[in-house]
Amino acid sequence: MTQTGPRRLRNSALDDDSQPQPQPQPSSSTTGMRLIVPLQGIVQGRGGLILGSVIPCAMFYFLQFYLKRRRSPPASNPPSPGNLTDLSRSASRSNLLLPRGRPHVSSRVSSIAKANDSPYYIGLDKATSDPYDRLCNPGGVVQLGLAENRLTLDLIENWITNNLNESILGGGLSVSGIVTYQPHDGMPELKLAMAGLMSQVVGKTVTFNPSQIVLTSGATPAIEILCFALADQGNTFLIPAPYYPGFDRDMKWRTGVELIPVHCRSSDNFTLSIPVLEQAFNQARKRGQKVKGILLSNPSNPVGNLMTRETLLSLLDFAREKNIHIISDEIFSGSTFGDEEFVSMAEIIDSEDADKDRVHIVYGLSKDLSLPGFRVGVIYSYNENVLTVARKMTRFSSVSAPTQRLVTSMLSDTTFIKSYTERNRERLRTMYDLFVDGLKELGIGCTKSSGGLYCWCDMSGLIRPYNEKGELDLWDKLLNVGKINITPGSSCHCIEPGWFRCCFTTLDENDIPVVMERIRLVVEACKSPA
Amino acid sequence: MKQHLQNPTKNPPPTTTSGSTGVVTDMRVIVPLQGVVQGGGGGLILGSIIPCALFYFFQLYLKSKNRSGDDSAAPPPPQLPEIEPPGGGLQRVQSVRSIWSPRGSNSQVSSRASFVIKQVDNPYYVGLEKSCLDCYDEVCNPGGIIQLGFDENKLSLDVVQDWLMAHTKCSIVCQDLQMNGITAYHPFDGLSELKMAVAGFMSQVMEGRVLFDPSQMNLTSGVSPAIEMLVFCLADLGNAFLVPSPYSPDLDRDIKWRTGVEIIPVPCRSSDNFSLSTASLNRAYNQAKKRGLKVQGVIVSNPSNPVGNLLTRETLYNLLDFATEKNIHVIANETLVGPIDDKNQEFVSMAEIINSEEYDRKRVHIVYGLSKDISLPGFKVGVVYSFNQTVLQASKKLMRFSSVSSLSQRLLVSMFNDSRFVREFIKINRERVERMSDLFVGGLKELGIKCMKSSRGSYCWADMSGFIRPYSEKGELELWEKLLNVAKINATPGSCCHCIEPGWFRFCFASLTEKQVPLVMERIREVL
Repeated sequence: MTQTGPRRLRNSALDDDSQPQPQPQPSSSTTGMRLIVPLQGIVQGRGGLILGSVIPCAMFYFLQFYLKRRRSPPASNPPSPGNLTDLSRSASRSNLLLPRGRPHVSSRVSSIAKANDSPYYIGLDKATSDPYDRLCNPGGVVQLGLAENRLTLDLIENWITNNLNESILGGGLSVSGIVTYQPHDGMPELKLAMAGLMSQVVGKTVTFNPSQIVLTSGATPAIEILCFALADQGNTFLIPAPYYPGFDRDMKWRTGVELIPVHCRSSDNFTLSIPVLEQAFNQARKRGQKVKGILLSNPSNPVGNLMTRETLLSLLDFAREKNIHIISDEIFSGSTFGDEEFVSMAEIIDSEDADKDRVHIVYGLSKDLSLPGFRVGVIYSYNENVLTVARKMTRFSSVSAPTQRLVTSMLSDTTFIKSYTERNRERLRTMYDLFVDGLKELGIGCTKSSGGLYCWCDMSGLIRPYNEKGELDLWDKLLNVGKINITPGSSCHCIEPGWFRCCFTTLDENDIPVVMERIRLVVEACKSPA
Repeated sequence: MKQHLQNPTKNPPPTTTSGSTGVVTDMRVIVPLQGVVQGGGGGLILGSIIPCALFYFFQLYLKSKNRSGDDSAAPPPPQLPEIEPPGGGLQRVQSVRSIWSPRGSNSQVSSRASFVIKQVDNPYYVGLEKSCLDCYDEVCNPGGIIQLGFDENKLSLDVVQDWLMAHTKCSIVCQDLQMNGITAYHPFDGLSELKMAVAGFMSQVMEGRVLFDPSQMNLTSGVSPAIEMLVFCLADLGNAFLVPSPYSPDLDRDIKWRTGVEIIPVPCRSSDNFSLSTASLNRAYNQAKKRGLKVQGVIVSNPSNPVGNLLTRETLYNLLDFATEKNIHVIANETLVGPIDDKNQEFVSMAEIINSEEYDRKRVHIVYGLSKDISLPGFKVGVVYSFNQTVLQASKKLMRFSSVSSLSQRLLVSMFNDSRFVREFIKINRERVERMSDLFVGGLKELGIKCMKSSRGSYCWADMSGFIRPYSEKGELELWEKLLNVAKINATPGSCCHCIEPGWFRFCFASLTEKQVPLVMERIREVL
């Protein structure tokens, strides 16, 4: 508590300047503090309060400024910002510090490059690396996690074998049709054939206009392109959950768009209700997020139920009211097998004459024609702007020309397509019944589904504890002990634990007993300790 | 009055701390907080914290206000939903809107989409579109437009055609015992058989000087997605890439559209034979820095498109030195079959330099237009070849957006595995491109048009600056228009390639037949 001469001098000088102020007493009473805070003299003078506010403010402001400047560059490129300003020296310095001067990748991919942690992808990888085969690898993992239709592969195979050369090489007249550049958004012939297929699948008098079709290399890029066209970075889409786990990648990765799940519950049979949608919309608005649209899958993936005409109409009303878009993913529309009729968004739009340009339909050949390897997807939109953008963006995801050729002639063969669709439905039906009955015998119930290549089954009775952890434990047991890969509901963002998606179309009828036997082992193991 | 104004504020905290407060009362009226400030030891701290906090909240408020202002300002759409009262009144909202805009439907696209829509097609795309609609055909449409704007090699089509005729069925059907292999899901980043075959093919083209590792490859549906994929992996929104100009007009779309990355042209001049110099790279780099842009890499094409010259070994070394110094990436877009072996200059791949030298491989990424190289552009197969594990992993996952049809992959596997065919194809193709190049460049020379000497691709870079008036971009575009509309020839003007000197044109001659060359020359002569 020693006081230095100069300071005291300065203080008294200040006090003199501010004569009228009744300072002397407080200053003397607080002198003990001055050592610690040299500014106090100023603070307590007349202008003291102002300075006392301005100085810390300024300091704080500069601190913020400094922090901000320091923070922003390293976000994308941590070690180099210092170097970059000073060119020649930086080289030598960076060489000294990090001999190779590691180049940096963009921050947006660093998360993508990381390993998969979603059980959906882990399961897929595992089943791919050790696939079950009745003869060669009977101890392998049975793949029930991939929605791929192998039930009708023989029909496709026959057709291709018979028609390959003519369809690709066009009867041998010229190859220039397949080897030269084509419009990125697809050959007109294929669009025409595709429009025909789509009307046939819908099975009604709905006609699709080929000029509203844009072809992409699979439904995945189709969805991404729509997302690019409809939403900006940071915008959001509402999506009824449970939803297909791939959407998290398709919609979010490159576009920077967020998905807001609209939770549907088992008590409603996982159907979408408008109040819930409204609630999710309002919550998003409250958080300051801008909702650009709704992404539907119809028939729903993973549940497999269809949307009723009323739901679709009220959805359309909702979209109109909020002025948002609707993307309707109808990739399973030809794979329906139930008694319910499938209603396409296109049909609804046809009957309503207003407001077409907020509806966009996604379709593809991967599921209905079981040609996933061919990578053919479709964007069908009523919005001229979206079509223009989509056409231009297909430069990044165009369909290979020989594939277009082959598919064109396959789709143009209407008798084949017709018999194919019928037989496909029959086989799906049979397989679905077999599979669901098998599960029922094990005490596992499924929701009633009428479309898709999967069933959505309720194993909540088998999980302990009744939460996501219990669900993942069961999934893990099924994968590693039972050697069966199915998709847990948590990967589909289902809020109720214990639901699983099983794709049954990769199986052969003869495989079903094996699968059921394996599931039974796990089920019994789950039940026995209790 | 003064007294009781300040009393309530002052009383709670300081009373206990100092007994001298009574003297200061005069001032308190003016600044109610002063009591607190002058109170005692805690006064100074409070005196600093309170204004700070106020200031901070003020800033925060300003910021949040700004942001919401920006959002609604950028695209017009949000205003509509904002008009409506948040709670209810649904019917009414709709009717309000329908009054303003008929049909009440104005579902907007995203601002990035409207950027794409608004962007006017430059002459390159205008020409392509126009010549597609009115395509020249010797018999059916002799008055049509001859396409010289598209880099497409049709010279060796017959060789490929023969092969396809003979092998298509076998390569798809016979090889597999079941169709599973072609129709089923396959890895998005390409069949491993094709990767192996491609690695073999590439080494064969490089005459064994470089060995390519199939595990460092990802296959995409064409060159555009391959480049876009790499840009996505290497740069964030608002970053920039240096690109030596003149550059291919496609790059503008490939790089900027979806990734939000900028291109900084590095101008090269005819006086240097349009070759790349470190000095100009440095200049462009510094300019970008000054503008506050973060440069993430350099994109070069070898042989350069549109000029057609090859990058020398020396240039490649300099480029890598530059990249190392600045700690940035290099993307090289290389054509494998295109370049002709020359006595004076050989084609040096980036992969070769990287193999032999002690550079950091992680910063080098190579793109090949696989199907284009082997005259099958419609097959749309591109290759990303990178030495950077992170980039490889990320792009492998991103391939879900641009994967290649298994059918095309199967065809290419058996084509590349037929090494006798590949060898023959490369030989024939090189001969034909060379002959065509001589013929075309010779024809232009007779008209008094000089081409860059080192033209080696399936295109040539011609100097028509003597024929444009005024000597500016305007004059160049006038000549381009005359070529397109009068002479019915679609060439690419240098301005589309961001060439800083007016009067240069790119002619892609590989889609012509030898018979058509005199006709082209005749048509060009008309407008000169």
